Amino acid sequence: MSAFLEVKNLTVSFPTEDGLVQASNDISFSVDRGETLAVVGESGSGKSVTSLAIMGLHNRKSTNINGSAILNLESGPIDVISAPEDQVRRLRGKAMSMIFQDPMSALHPYYSIGDQLSEAWRLYNKGDKKAGHKRATEMLELVGIPDASKRVKEFPHQFSGGMRQRVMIAMALINNPSLLIADEPTTALDVTVQSQILQLLKDMQKEFNMAVILITHDLGVVAEVADRVNVMYAGKIVEQGVADGIYYKPDHPYTIGLLNSIPRVDQLEGKRLIAIPGQPPSLINLPQGCSFRKRCTFADQVADNLCATLAPSLDMKENAHFSRCHLTEKQLVAARGGK
Amino acid sequence: MLKYLVRRISATLVVLTLISMSVFLIFDVLPMDPARLTCGKACSPAVVEANRHRLGLDVPVQVQYGRWVKGLFVGRTYGEGQAQFTCPAPAFGYSFNRHECVTDLLKSAFPVTLSLAIGAFLLWLFVGVSLGIVAARFKNRWPDRASNVFVLVGTSLPTFISGILILLFVALKFGFVNPIDLGKWVSPFENPIGWLNTFIFPWITLALAYAATYTRFTRSNVIETSSEDYIRTARAKGLSEKVILRKHTLRAALAPIVTLAGLDFAGLLGGAIITEGIFNLPGLGRLSIRAVVNDYDLPIIVATTMLAATFLVVMNLLVDILYAYIDPRVRVA
Repeated sequence: MSAFLEVKNLTVSFPTEDGLVQASNDISFSVDRGETLAVVGESGSGKSVTSLAIMGLHNRKSTNINGSAILNLESGPIDVISAPEDQVRRLRGKAMSMIFQDPMSALHPYYSIGDQLSEAWRLYNKGDKKAGHKRATEMLELVGIPDASKRVKEFPHQFSGGMRQRVMIAMALINNPSLLIADEPTTALDVTVQSQILQLLKDMQKEFNMAVILITHDLGVVAEVADRVNVMYAGKIVEQGVADGIYYKPDHPYTIGLLNSIPRVDQLEGKRLIAIPGQPPSLINLPQGCSFRKRCTFADQVADNLCATLAPSLDMKENAHFSRCHLTEKQLVAARGGK
Repeated sequence: MLKYLVRRISATLVVLTLISMSVFLIFDVLPMDPARLTCGKACSPAVVEANRHRLGLDVPVQVQYGRWVKGLFVGRTYGEGQAQFTCPAPAFGYSFNRHECVTDLLKSAFPVTLSLAIGAFLLWLFVGVSLGIVAARFKNRWPDRASNVFVLVGTSLPTFISGILILLFVALKFGFVNPIDLGKWVSPFENPIGWLNTFIFPWITLALAYAATYTRFTRSNVIETSSEDYIRTARAKGLSEKVILRKHTLRAALAPIVTLAGLDFAGLLGGAIITEGIFNLPGLGRLSIRAVVNDYDLPIIVATTMLAATFLVVMNLLVDILYAYIDPRVRVA
């Protein structure tokens, strides 16, 4: 039995005047229903670009997309990368949905919440506006908006940020999608609201038995909800594995660096946080070899200057735990600080 | 809503009062003497004084203003004895140059200006907005570049050039218009074809200038709105591009055009001086320019100024109400 979404060798690049921007490179992963995959990485690492490609939201004329992303629907598998645009459109909002980072601007300011939700529902269901509003009210209740039957008639500007994100979630789920992509859904929200939204996403996942791809740069968020994690850097997956493995036994210096840079409650006071030195490379003309090597503090430990000449492949280090690094297991243990 | 309306309407009345007062005051401080202008070359001081009395200019300016306001409501009587006559309410005064009640002059000029404004308005709105949408959808491709040429021509040709060119090289050259009938007022209810014939070229002249601006404005608004987050949301919902454009992009992109269009239309209702001049149309624009330049005819100037100002403030009010209907964010509680 194959997973609901299988992405294979997905590569997205944008031709620009300065050259080809390799936004995401040779991405492969899969997510099944009921499972949450977190995609972690800093800005520009290709997280959003990959998910927009799966949703078919890139302009096909100005974007080069290769590889495949297969949705295993009940009616049979569809590759959303090569399928005709119109067919992919009909999957959006029904088989796969997406919520975005900034709920303040993601809702149309001129239409009522009920109109916007019912528009999404009526696209795939037969029913008049009244039925749409009824369904919208049910969804608003489900995502925990109090007084839903009254608020359904209100406009986005009458909602707070957290409430708007709940509306976005309600809209994304109104047609029972099998895949939900959440692109930094909590980044624009208050910390207290963040955990509420994450809890809501978890509850909804159970309710609808969805596959969830959670894009984030916040490892705290990942720890809370993810089953498996993709760590991305400069357009590539550098580490892939179950969440616990990533946290307790990271196999890539970048992941180790990210984890070291999180402030911890049990850390000694007065100790500085460890930052990863340098900047990510430009995605135009990526350097030969490992794209992380210039920021990697362990690169000189690898023999024959291998990091500068050969790009490491995504190799299995342990059971279902992959990493793109030349370091040996012994060197990695040392890099982790003996763990 | 009612409270808001009452507040806005009272503000409108205050504005109109202030405008009429200013026009009276400006007229008062200017060095020209209408009483002197109304009698010929050899004019004795006694005649000038008599004329001044007849024109009602022998009393202080505030009394003149009071009489004018009163006339608006109850009508106004001029002259004495046998020569006495009345302009019925609403009386904007009497033009001693044209020997007519100003209200009658307005009544005959307004339909001309209204016809001109409505036709031009519809034409430029249609051409400008649709061209703007096409240009935005085909950004940087040939339809966009073609519309750019149109915009350049429209904005750089002033109406007094384009009007004359259209009149000479299209209307008269191909015999669409008989020079003798040029600008003859025909009621659209009696002779729709004749009405169209009178106005089609003035419409094109005016619309050319305005449509260019509207094309540009629509184009940039549509492009800007297309990159909004909520358009991406609409796409993520699975809506087709056609529905996204019609329901989501245009709704937001065209809202500001309502304001622009309302004010432009109101401005035109005050009279299109140049276009009316070129096409010999007896509208408000020509009425006012003659009153200002040739006759120094206060009652007409005050009336046309007031009328133009009224159109603007009333349209402003309408646009604000309409805008609240379109954009829920500006709705008043």
